[in-house]
Amino acid sequence: MSDGNGNGNGTVAVGSAVDAGDLHPSVPSDRRTYWEQAPLFVVLVILWMLLWGNISWLNLATGAVLAVVVMRFFYLPPIQLSGRTNPLWFVAFLGQFLFELTIASFQVAAQALLGRRDVKNSIIAVQLRTRSDIVLTLTAIAMSLMPGSYALDVDRRRSIIYFHALNTRDADGVQAVRDAALKTERMLVRAFGSSADLRSIR
Amino acid sequence: MSLDDVLDIISALLVLVGAFLTLAAGVGLVRFPDALARLHAATKPQVLGLIAIVIAVAIEARSWQVLLTLIPVLLFQVLLAPIAAQMVGRAAYRTDNYRADLSLVDDLAADVERATSDAERANVDTDRTDRDDRA
Repeated sequence: MSDGNGNGNGTVAVGSAVDAGDLHPSVPSDRRTYWEQAPLFVVLVILWMLLWGNISWLNLATGAVLAVVVMRFFYLPPIQLSGRTNPLWFVAFLGQFLFELTIASFQVAAQALLGRRDVKNSIIAVQLRTRSDIVLTLTAIAMSLMPGSYALDVDRRRSIIYFHALNTRDADGVQAVRDAALKTERMLVRAFGSSADLRSIR
Repeated sequence: MSLDDVLDIISALLVLVGAFLTLAAGVGLVRFPDALARLHAATKPQVLGLIAIVIAVAIEARSWQVLLTLIPVLLFQVLLAPIAAQMVGRAAYRTDNYRADLSLVDDLAADVERATSDAERANVDTDRTDRDDRA
């Protein structure tokens, strides 16, 4: 009687009826599957050429062969793209992200070098509004490099991220992490969320 | 002072900043009280430290070939350091390798508890149906 979903997602009963439609679309045809894997193929070939550090036909050919091999042997379920991007919001997000990463780094550095050892930490569940795997993943990654928090666990089915927060003194500190996570989610949805996600963050 | 000198100074400063942040990350790994707190040091200062050093290398080399090789370094570091932290943190949490006395709020404990009991109940249910089928 194995719990096939692993630990965190073993919530068999919770909300499965509601979410099923969003997370498990009808099985696509072969042609559609190949089309959905095309972005991954392109990214793998570009990566191969970047790693060699030059652009040549030989690199393109070996990259294409390797990309097919990698995609065959390390199969990943196709990512559902939202079909919508907004480069301006993405640039705004990147700027904000780099700024916050700088603050976070020096903050943690100061905490490490000068801080007291017995700080109070928290594990905070944040309910996101998105249903998209990409936005969920990027929110977790971005928050991990922003001040005060990193993603400790994710409940994909319910779109909940559990953040570990350093040095939360009181309820205000906990609330600040929640607000930061929702703000990050909002920026990412504006950059590449679906229109349904876009409505839900308003 | 020529442009080359200015760029040399900037990249030297960036290497210093990177070295400082990496050192602070190392000190954090030793000084923070438990595994979960230590992962903060392993993500933020470490990543920014590497970014600073990579930018310094790019400024010194000033060639497209080097720049194209540095981009995947940055990309993978930014994307994968948080994922590594999450894997380690999750494992530490679930094997109780952390200090519960330091936590102010723990929203995860209740949910893990419920998920586990739900899964167990679901398994018990299937056991029972199996038996009913056989009977």
